[in-house]
Amino acid sequence: MSMKATIRPVDSVTVVDVSGRITLGEGCVQLRELIREQLGKGNKNILLNLADVTYIDSSGIGELVSAYTGVSKQGGALKLLHLTKKVHDLLQITKLYTVFDVHDDEAKAIASFTKSASA
Amino acid sequence: MTPESSVVEVTLESDLKNVEVAEEITRRVAGTAGFDEDEQQRIEMAVHETMINAIWHGNQNDCSKSVWLQFKVLRDRLEIRVRDQGNGFDPNRVPDPRNNENLLNVSGRGIFLIRAFMDEFRVEHVTGTGTEVTMVKRLSSGIQTKQGGSDREHESHNTTS
Repeated sequence: MSMKATIRPVDSVTVVDVSGRITLGEGCVQLRELIREQLGKGNKNILLNLADVTYIDSSGIGELVSAYTGVSKQGGALKLLHLTKKVHDLLQITKLYTVFDVHDDEAKAIASFTKSASA
Repeated sequence: MTPESSVVEVTLESDLKNVEVAEEITRRVAGTAGFDEDEQQRIEMAVHETMINAIWHGNQNDCSKSVWLQFKVLRDRLEIRVRDQGNGFDPNRVPDPRNNENLLNVSGRGIFLIRAFMDEFRVEHVTGTGTEVTMVKRLSSGIQTKQGGSDREHESHNTTS
């Protein structure tokens, strides 16, 4: 199963519900294009909901990092929501858990963008 | 008597679509060997990363080349070998992705994850053949075996290698 993504705007945040595999090849390319497209539209506050991600590899993790740095450079913020145990473990092992702003409650995650902007 | 109870070998076309085939074989072999679901996933991921390295870096994404895999189920461990037709690499030259200066690098985490998930990891370049990666996962490293391991058909085999 390749990666699928559904985009829904919530307040000033673009929530992206990602499912399937974020791996080298199709999954990574799709995620890269999705982020580029959202930045092109001026949507700089992005919340990636990873609840239904079944598999992520080192390339997929790299793609998350690329998305994070790309959005940050545009003056926006990319945050993660609902990590699966597998993704959580991978982010911990690679120390990236300290880099990403990770949430397990969507409403609070959405609100955190406003707090970040006003801080 | 040979120490291994079972050996699975497969040669796959060097194509990214076959990474999932290798994952499926790995999951089944690791399950048969007695690893629990979490460990099966870690072993599967180590094979996934090794396959990506073999296809992408070793075989340079050339579909006319192949990747050979061997799984040896022994009483106390699973040994996996993955061989490509490339020129090899030195895993010791891969920087630690957890260092602050590497933390935001887009690539460079594959070898690190393999090392994190497996008990042993070796790379050997065989002139004229290619590069062979050997990974070992021991059942004794805190793994709960099915019914305490007594159901494994190779239980009585000599483990000296």
